[in-house]
Amino acid sequence: MTQYLLAVHHAGLFPDLPVREWEQSFADVGAVNARMRDAGAFVFAGGLLPGSATVVRQSGDDFLITDGPYTETKEHLGGFWVISAADLDAALEWARLATVACRVPVEVTPFDERSMDELLAAYHAQ
Amino acid sequence: MTVEDVFRREYGRCVATLIRFLGDIDAAEEAVQDAFTVAVTRWPSGGLPPNPGAWIVTTARNRAIDRLRRESVRDERHAQAHHLYGDAAAAAGSAFRSGDTAFRDGDFAPAQEEDIVPDDRLRLIFTCCHPALNQPAQVALTLRLLGGLQTPEIARAFFVPEATMAQRIVRAKRKISAARIPYRVPAEAELPARLQPVLAVVYLIFNEGYAATAGSLMRLDLCAEAVRLARVLAELMPDEPEAQGLLALLLLLHARSAARVTADGSLARLAEQDRRRWDRDMITEGQAIVRACVQRGHPGPYQIQAAINAVHSIAPTLDSTDWHAILTLYDQLYALTPTPVVALNRAVALAEVQGPAAGLAAVDDLRSPALDGYYLFHAARADMLRRLRRDEEAAAAYDVARSLTANPVEQAFLDARRSRPSRRQAR
Repeated sequence: MTQYLLAVHHAGLFPDLPVREWEQSFADVGAVNARMRDAGAFVFAGGLLPGSATVVRQSGDDFLITDGPYTETKEHLGGFWVISAADLDAALEWARLATVACRVPVEVTPFDERSMDELLAAYHAQ
Repeated sequence: MTVEDVFRREYGRCVATLIRFLGDIDAAEEAVQDAFTVAVTRWPSGGLPPNPGAWIVTTARNRAIDRLRRESVRDERHAQAHHLYGDAAAAAGSAFRSGDTAFRDGDFAPAQEEDIVPDDRLRLIFTCCHPALNQPAQVALTLRLLGGLQTPEIARAFFVPEATMAQRIVRAKRKISAARIPYRVPAEAELPARLQPVLAVVYLIFNEGYAATAGSLMRLDLCAEAVRLARVLAELMPDEPEAQGLLALLLLLHARSAARVTADGSLARLAEQDRRRWDRDMITEGQAIVRACVQRGHPGPYQIQAAINAVHSIAPTLDSTDWHAILTLYDQLYALTPTPVVALNRAVALAEVQGPAAGLAAVDDLRSPALDGYYLFHAARADMLRRLRRDEEAAAAYDVARSLTANPVEQAFLDARRSRPSRRQAR
């Protein structure tokens, strides 16, 4: 099993939807969560407060704190799931349900499950 | 048959089998290349084994096991030094060492035919063309893993720097393993959607070769490679009509290769080709597949395009072409894939059935920003204007067409057309 991040990208503060549709989307997301729990795929999920990201980076001996999000795109990370799936096709299957439920694109990325030693070896092999 | 012939024919099949066995693309490629290295030293003197593909698979597998064993022993020593017992590599190491098997090359072990499950190549092509990979990566991986082409060859074929192509392949392989793109043939329900990018990749490989008629031999090799891949798909998926349709289409197009270039190296369009130079065997095979598809009655875009080319291939001369049949087929194709390019081709067929005035009206109806940048749109318009003896407008349209193509062969063709007077009579 691999853990995948299903990242939910919003273009605005909320998806541009009529309020009834927006309420239905909430219910649909809840239903997807329930299906994920039943299937043992659910690890964690959450919505993120839009427009409130802060980026911390080191600058010399100091830290630079800037208004986020980190990438300067129109879209921002609006919420996410962490799921556990056998392979990418299984993860994409969940992502289909997720994008239908929340009405916006969902990006699927595997977690890097390598140990520190493995990462170091990969770094030195470069 | 030389080792090289066996390599071309068997590489994809062997790599696909080894990937299933080893679960790793790089290790599989390495093992198969090791086995061919052994073959190069043995076969010229000892002769070819009865089943060269099975020999390569057996040898590659044994080499890979040897290598795994060596590496796991090394890893285990390393692990012991760090007091890190129980990791997977160490476990694999002891498992391999507990077996008392002597690992030998294919010469000494019975050739195990059952090692080569034809499904493996199908698994591999669905992995290479997984929609999670971008299309340039799908194309590169397919040519590399199934076609056995080396990275520099693929880079040359696509006019991409070698380092760029190498990086593209490395990144794609990394994504396959990191995101766990599965190594399997999609389930029945997913198959139609998943087959589409697979067929598109093979068609694109063919078109890369076909578009550059006057290019190097390497480019024509891409056409042959695409036909070979299409044949594998058609053999492995006999129940998928579109896989059959793609093979028929590519055979019927490839059959015209020799006739597409004239003695002075310029491009000959269908209308100008010496039809005696068409490859009869390929045409016969392509036509037979089209007939079988028609009987099956599940048409799709590749099958219809194959049928259109089958109609052309039946006509001994241009004038005997059954344009009514071609127009009907374009109508069917447009119903399935209503794209501007299909509509343009339909208009060209319409001009043959109802005359250039009807064709021109249909072409002008299609004018859109998308087609306005497409040189064949202006070339088709120019041709119809020329046939209507509207010579000035025709010349202007040829000029626009010429400015939109960078291919010198196409440019020379358009220049020749532009300076040619209109036909005696508009048809």
